[in-house]
Amino acid sequence: MLRNELSTLFRRRRIQALLLALTAVPIAITLVIRFAGGPNDGQGPTFLAQVTHNGVFAVLAGLTITLPVFLPMAVAVVAGDSIAGEGGLGTLRYLLVRPAGRSRLLAVKATTVAIFCLAATFVVAVGGLVTGAILFPIGRVTTLSGDTLPLTSGMVRISVAAGVIGLSLIGLAAIGIFISTLTDVPVGAMAATLGVFILIGVLDTLPQTRALHPWLLTDHWLSYSDLLRTHIRWNGIVRNLELQALYAAVFGSAAWARLTTKDVLA
Amino acid sequence: MAFAIETDRLVKRFSGVAVVDDLSLQVPTGSVFGFLGPNGSGKTTTIRMLLGLLNPNAGEVSLLGRPIPHDARAVLPSIGALIDGPAFYPWLTGRQNLVRLDAMGPDAQRSTRTSRVGEALARVGLTAAANKKYKAYSLGMRQRLGLANALLRPRQLLILDEPTNGMDPQGTREIRHLVRELAADGSTVFLSSHLLTEVEQVCTHVAVMNLGKLVAQGSLDELRAVTAPHLRIETVDTALTIETLRAGGLESGEVVDGSSVVAFFNGQRPEDICRRLVEAGVGIRGFAVERPSLEDAFVALTGEGFDVAQ
Repeated sequence: MLRNELSTLFRRRRIQALLLALTAVPIAITLVIRFAGGPNDGQGPTFLAQVTHNGVFAVLAGLTITLPVFLPMAVAVVAGDSIAGEGGLGTLRYLLVRPAGRSRLLAVKATTVAIFCLAATFVVAVGGLVTGAILFPIGRVTTLSGDTLPLTSGMVRISVAAGVIGLSLIGLAAIGIFISTLTDVPVGAMAATLGVFILIGVLDTLPQTRALHPWLLTDHWLSYSDLLRTHIRWNGIVRNLELQALYAAVFGSAAWARLTTKDVLA
Repeated sequence: MAFAIETDRLVKRFSGVAVVDDLSLQVPTGSVFGFLGPNGSGKTTTIRMLLGLLNPNAGEVSLLGRPIPHDARAVLPSIGALIDGPAFYPWLTGRQNLVRLDAMGPDAQRSTRTSRVGEALARVGLTAAANKKYKAYSLGMRQRLGLANALLRPRQLLILDEPTNGMDPQGTREIRHLVRELAADGSTVFLSSHLLTEVEQVCTHVAVMNLGKLVAQGSLDELRAVTAPHLRIETVDTALTIETLRAGGLESGEVVDGSSVVAFFNGQRPEDICRRLVEAGVGIRGFAVERPSLEDAFVALTGEGFDVAQ
């Protein structure tokens, strides 16, 4: 069942285009750095400057640039479409009388969206890695603390960082799936998910809502950079993953409560 | 199990308005059951409740003798359904669509999937178009794919909502043939339709809905009997005809179209009535006993007023 759901998702032109576009971002950035001259050190997003010294940093540069907008947008599209898309096509009624089982269908959809979060992060990372490795030298990895690590352990840390970024998207995915159970109009669910994400971003910058900040799902999103310190600081990363799990639990339950009781008219 | 489908005082309200009201339906096992009603009479809403897609506000549903939605997971695999038109993924081919729906169920049976999908496609005449994307299908082909999905497994019960919608005449005939074949194999077929001739040709039992309520159910003959057979007498002597009929105790005679008289014969033998008319000197151009079609019964049950009292 999960395998079929995954192949149905990834056979879709729209999803293929989305992943292709995501891959293009780190490639474009790396090309820009290579051919339009490197940025001044200390300017621009984190990790961008290091790319000229070590191609593997293109992975982190790409992820850092896609994390605020591109990745959440891709997740909002897929999560928002998850249930509402079936409703919009009318296939939801045929899945339910098959019977796929409402809880079972939700579990499969949620797993698929989670896998998409990781896949989207993965293609950005691979796009950066390949382009970075071709255009720039590769060598020991300089940490944020200023030390250098052997390439292999540096790569392990960068891979873990990419994994953490992928998991950072889970909370937003859960919100998207919940919104998706509320409607049969997939575009509405996608837009609403993105709207909620933007709202969270705004709240996170307002000093007046400081009390809320520790509970906003993006509050610890940038903690993955702690993996690039010589001595890794885990607090922020753990807190981030806890928050994602919390959002997944809350909105996952809400989605379950909604889908298992709703009248299917689509 | 006497009834493949049984509902007990089923009610569904949308924003306070009862779309299905106090519906007690009994579909005998092995029957081909025609479910009739004008547009908006609550047919599709009923079908959605039968299949557990909508939660009734009151009442019970049982399919194949088991309560729905409680036992839905056990019962639904033996039920094939076409609900409110076909719906598939436009970016997948016909075959891929069927494989997907089959794979999403609780009883995967993966080893027989390819052959079952192939057979279902062949049965609805879609083999040649099986590897075309669904978005390239015509309305009739989409409808056929919907039927193929209903036929993916051996089914005890088929619930088909307007199965001939959008089909060409050959397709319509094939569907009729298919329904008979399924019934001959022992499946119960529940067929919703507004095409009365269709229903009349294949169904053994009929139910009629109107404004959310069940107005009749029973065998086809029982329903036809809702409107009694009547006489049609073609004559220019309409006044004399009516006078003679009244004298013979038939009060219902009335002139239609200027040159015909229509009357119910209240158990009298038509030949006796005819003889009396001839003896009274009525010039008869035509004399016929007209049996009501299902359409007459349908209009009598769902139309406005005049025939309902009969």
